[in-house]
Amino acid sequence: MQLILQILLNGIALGAIYALIALGYTMVYGILKLINFAHGDVFMIGAFVGFYAGGWAAAHLHEQGMMQWAAAGGIMLLSMVACALLGFTIERVAYRPLRKAPRIASLITAIGVSFFLEYGGQFVFGPDPKFFPTIIEKHLIQIDGTATTNYQLIVLALAVVFMAILQYIVYRTKFGRAMRAVSFNFETASLMGIPVDRVISLTFIIGSALAAVAGILYGLLYSRIDPLMGILPGLKAFIAAVLGGIGNVPGAVLGGLVIGLVESFVAASRFSNYRDAIAFLILIAILMFRPSGLFGKYEAEKV
Amino acid sequence: MKRLPWWLRDLMYAAIWVGILIGLSYGLDAIRIAGIAYYKRIIVLMGINIMLAVSLNIINGHAGQFSLGHAGFMAIGAYFAAFLTVFYFMPYVNRFPEGTEQWILQNALLVVSVLLGGVLAAIAGYLVGLPSLRLRGDYLAIVTLGFGEIIRVIILNIDKIGAARGFSGIPNWVNFFWVYLFALITILVSYRLVRSSVGRAFLAVREDEIAAEAMGIDTTKFKVKAFIIGSFFAGVAGGLYAHIMMYLNPDMFRFLRSFEIVVMVVLGGLGSISGSIVAAIIMTFLPEGLRTAKEVLHMEKDPRMLIYSITLIVLMLTRPQGLLGRRELWEVLPRRKDLKETDAAAGS
Repeated sequence: MQLILQILLNGIALGAIYALIALGYTMVYGILKLINFAHGDVFMIGAFVGFYAGGWAAAHLHEQGMMQWAAAGGIMLLSMVACALLGFTIERVAYRPLRKAPRIASLITAIGVSFFLEYGGQFVFGPDPKFFPTIIEKHLIQIDGTATTNYQLIVLALAVVFMAILQYIVYRTKFGRAMRAVSFNFETASLMGIPVDRVISLTFIIGSALAAVAGILYGLLYSRIDPLMGILPGLKAFIAAVLGGIGNVPGAVLGGLVIGLVESFVAASRFSNYRDAIAFLILIAILMFRPSGLFGKYEAEKV
Repeated sequence: MKRLPWWLRDLMYAAIWVGILIGLSYGLDAIRIAGIAYYKRIIVLMGINIMLAVSLNIINGHAGQFSLGHAGFMAIGAYFAAFLTVFYFMPYVNRFPEGTEQWILQNALLVVSVLLGGVLAAIAGYLVGLPSLRLRGDYLAIVTLGFGEIIRVIILNIDKIGAARGFSGIPNWVNFFWVYLFALITILVSYRLVRSSVGRAFLAVREDEIAAEAMGIDTTKFKVKAFIIGSFFAGVAGGLYAHIMMYLNPDMFRFLRSFEIVVMVVLGGLGSISGSIVAAIIMTFLPEGLRTAKEVLHMEKDPRMLIYSITLIVLMLTRPQGLLGRRELWEVLPRRKDLKETDAAAGS
């Protein structure tokens, strides 16, 4: 029983990270119908910004207490801003010129950008794995025999906070309404006077900032980061987005949690070698039986 | 002059091509310059890449089913062919004394193992093709990518073929001749296919599935067919690859490999066979040629993959339809004036 609780906690923490990445995928796909393959690598860049800023802060910070938390918050903000800029640039340079071209062209460009970030990461940061600095001390928390760390709790709390903020932005603000309108119908939205280009840019900015948060939380939780770390979480997060119904914000969160939970249960079972394949099996199953995802609406094909 | 019967003519062409290949193969062997082995290896790997690009072009370019799992089919072919060779064929061949008899047997068994690898890959292609009945576009891309990864993870867990250690001890049975013979066969099949009724059906499915169905084309059947044919040749390419590298590792068949093949096809122009070939040649030589960039730029680290990815992005931004678009090489090259009009009509 305690073991199951333990696995559940691990799974939820991992799932929360997948969910944060999946949100970026689902928003971009909802609007542009583009699988932004570079999104997983933006997540990697977020982790590396956190690594370098954290290393700097750890070297200059000697006090305990409030300053640590302020530094951690600052690092997160810095990483979010850096990734937001990166996401904005990627969209501006690589995707916008191809918006009228066949979709496959932008898909290949997305793969190209993804290669660029991965190899660029290997070039700049070096291909060897790095270990995330500790700004906040890691504590073991025992509740009724189930062990958790304060890191897991931080991950969960931050993930919930950022998802709530996103939910607010998408459903309660003017920009969110514009975003939903654009994802509903690109051309009509532009005829209604919605600045489509600006909405798309902002979508990339928000999605990339969330990926940065996910990157830092991942670094916190698993402490090992490397330039290729974004590939598999990126794919799994995309699967999470499909699972929840692509274009659907709560769906992406649920999908991320499901993938995270299933993965940590498989990792704890005797099929642990298959943990990387399980997400794809889920994907194939969901697409065979419910192609629109859990929350997605079925769209009849127009002739 | 009376024309020869078609089979005799085809046989003659085949003989000429095989002759040319044998000549080239011996010619290449005869060159003995220091460092030539490296170039020979690249040329042989280029043949593999051509096979992969042309076979993926059947699925992606002709039938329009976007597949990101080609490395998975290649892995199946590679591992199965290597498995047959190492555990069944090689011990058998080694029982014979060295000589012509052994040589013939070795090459015959090589063909058998490579073809069986292709057949197993084709069966996998059939299974992967099935979901394409329900999915289209991006979803199919992700599912095929997932299949590729699942295949890799399964191989990673089979101890008999080396699991994560890799599969070593594969004999070096494949040379220039075999690679380019199979590459030529792939190109020929692909070329003939697209001009056959099956190929026409592929194009119809690509252009408009609903219209194709209304015209009485069994779209399901043809989509699955495209997957079977494409993955068969990917499996054959994998089998040859195994016998060149003499070592296999599941990491060789990550989806990055699939991406590379897709990039070749899209860069050459979806649906253009000669485009795929040209792009495969460029994409084989570009990363190799960039190895010198490090020395030229006086850099400590190797910027080659960085330049490669930037080139890729710039190429896609400047020519989103690929180098050749949907046309073939000979349609792009300058030609007689009277053909220009038909080209304009076809291009509209």
